[in-house]
Amino acid sequence: MSAHPSTYEPKTGIERWLDARLPIVRFAADYLDLPTPKNLNYWYTFGAILSVMLVVQIVTGVILAMHYVPNGDMAFNSVEHIMRDVNYGWLIRYIHANGASMFFLAVYIHIARGMYYGSYKAPREVLWLLGCIIYLLMMATAFMGYVLPWGQMSFAGAVVITNLFSAFDQVIPGLGTAITTWLWGGFAVGGATLNRFFSLHYLLPFMIAGVTVLHLWALHVPNSTNPTGVEVKSKEDTIPFHPYYTVKDGFAIMAFFVVFAWFVFFAPEALGHVDNQVPANPLVTPAHIVPEWYFLPFYAILRSVPQKLFGVLAMFGAIAMLFALPWLDTSKVRSMRYRPTARWFFILFIFATIGLGWCGGKEPDDMVITLGHTANNDPTGFSVTWLSRILGIYYYAYFGILFFLGIYEKPLPVPASISTPVLGGSAMPAGSVAQAEKKG
Amino acid sequence: MGRNSLIAALAAGLALLGLTSAASARTTQAEFRPVPGGFSFETPIFGRFDQGSLQRGYKVYDEVCSACHSMNLVYYRNLCQQNGPFFDPKHPNPNDAPICKAIASSKKVPDIDPDTGDVVQRAATPADAFRNPYPNKAAAAAGNGGAAPPDLSVMARAREEGPVYIYNLLTGYVPAPAGLTVPPGKYYNPWMPGDVGSYWAGAKDKVPEGGFLAMPFQLTPNRVSFDDGTPGTTQQMAKDVATFLAWTAEPKQTERKEAGLAVMIYLILLSGVLYVSYRRIWKNVAH
Repeated sequence: MSAHPSTYEPKTGIERWLDARLPIVRFAADYLDLPTPKNLNYWYTFGAILSVMLVVQIVTGVILAMHYVPNGDMAFNSVEHIMRDVNYGWLIRYIHANGASMFFLAVYIHIARGMYYGSYKAPREVLWLLGCIIYLLMMATAFMGYVLPWGQMSFAGAVVITNLFSAFDQVIPGLGTAITTWLWGGFAVGGATLNRFFSLHYLLPFMIAGVTVLHLWALHVPNSTNPTGVEVKSKEDTIPFHPYYTVKDGFAIMAFFVVFAWFVFFAPEALGHVDNQVPANPLVTPAHIVPEWYFLPFYAILRSVPQKLFGVLAMFGAIAMLFALPWLDTSKVRSMRYRPTARWFFILFIFATIGLGWCGGKEPDDMVITLGHTANNDPTGFSVTWLSRILGIYYYAYFGILFFLGIYEKPLPVPASISTPVLGGSAMPAGSVAQAEKKG
Repeated sequence: MGRNSLIAALAAGLALLGLTSAASARTTQAEFRPVPGGFSFETPIFGRFDQGSLQRGYKVYDEVCSACHSMNLVYYRNLCQQNGPFFDPKHPNPNDAPICKAIASSKKVPDIDPDTGDVVQRAATPADAFRNPYPNKAAAAAGNGGAAPPDLSVMARAREEGPVYIYNLLTGYVPAPAGLTVPPGKYYNPWMPGDVGSYWAGAKDKVPEGGFLAMPFQLTPNRVSFDDGTPGTTQQMAKDVATFLAWTAEPKQTERKEAGLAVMIYLILLSGVLYVSYRRIWKNVAH
């Protein structure tokens, strides 16, 4: 599976017997022994954190499914039953609900790390694409999971998101309606929708696990990138994954768990919405429909486009750009550590995305800068909608900028190997690297 | 089914309209006044319910709120469970606790007579949910001018700053300002989220904050006489019932915070141990 030669030698008779039939111990041993770049920083620990989060979500989810009832009349109360009567049910549910947020927090850091260090570039395009697929599956899973408690925001979310597909009526009349009817299992969001969402919410995590195996496989062929973006040149550049990265990842996982536990035990509903503690009622629409925080940037892009079909396309396009990224970035230099201009555009991109998230949580007519008031005392000025438009345009423009920067940008000198900069000085920043280059 | 789905489709359409067009209605609510003395359970790590306040709060619910509001998710046994209002360490099984048996048996709940199939009223047991004041939702709506009183089980989690909101609403009834026409059967309260713009005759930029609700002011002074001698002021009753509702919304809150403290200490220690291991293992790696 991996490109490096196996170093495993079965020592006992049983191991030799098994190794000739199913070399599973060899597989595990090679995995642990994998030569890994020795300069991976903490941003690289989020891959391990994500694998742990996937396990946490699946284990807690399977237990919740033992007590949850996917029925429009009973779902809300069954969740409360878990919180009140199931032994440690409150703990399992709070872990699962906050775990989703933590999973997304980790995946966003993981994606941003990949974008900064150019992890999507050849020969890792397939690795990147598989990651994008995992991210899409995560979004679908999280969305359907949020529907399951069948509160007001669950219901409103299901209505808004499934209705996005009705925009296709503007392409082929009847197509969008047919899709939504098919998604709903009826003519409106109802019990049938809830039941199928539950089924899919149980299925998709196992698909994520499957694609994760492919993602790891695709990782172990070219192996990890590293902050310098320079490929491994010699044995000097690597250390075995175990114990070096098992202990580093282990520490990072525990530190991450401290944050996770803070939410679970001391602020379990800080990331949720109070309207979801009201049972779903199709006749009452919440005053202010907002998705969970991890969807807010895309929600802001959706709302910033006045025409529905183009809004939907802009939203999905924002994710599609990630898929195209390996071919949009034309620079030969992998790590932005050596791309002084691209780095600033990247930092702006992060701010734009966070800004879009902020916009998504506000009402479109809220003012960012209030300049005056109408006769009804409604504020006028620079609105959230306009800020979303500007940030949304920058979000898209970033990918185009990368295309042209690759041609015009003058990168800093790149070290000859991972070990070189260490010889020139103790620190890693670009400055010391340039020095190392001068010293030859 | 046909009618329901039509309504649901309409609601779906309305939700979408709200999404794509500018919202013209603005829900407002007056800024919360602080609760005198604050809530004992407020702080995230060490806040705990005050058992005396929980007991008084139950009495307010029992004597005032329960005339109209159901609490379908709360059972009489819950009152005697660990960290509940009437928990007694001598009776760890809440179903056997004499106080809960007594409270439950003083209530009549509907049941089916197994011999005749008739609907009968029988004394409740600790295993029964709180008695519902109305036989069904239609009766609840019909008895209250068309608006069924909401179930209070998780009310304290279903509003922003739930207990603070409940306290402000219950103590916040003020006479409607001049120029505001209160519809018949409704009452004005600045802490009820709403938009009273269309009932306002004054300047458009001076629309009063708050909204209308079908519940009149309830907690008149001394409406409930507390067994522990605490004076039954409006503020005291509101604070106690808000405490009680915070507990019913999350009866396992104390367990959560206690477990959380232990988990945090464990995780921080383990992180420390792993960090030291990391430094030792990496000691000779130039990186």
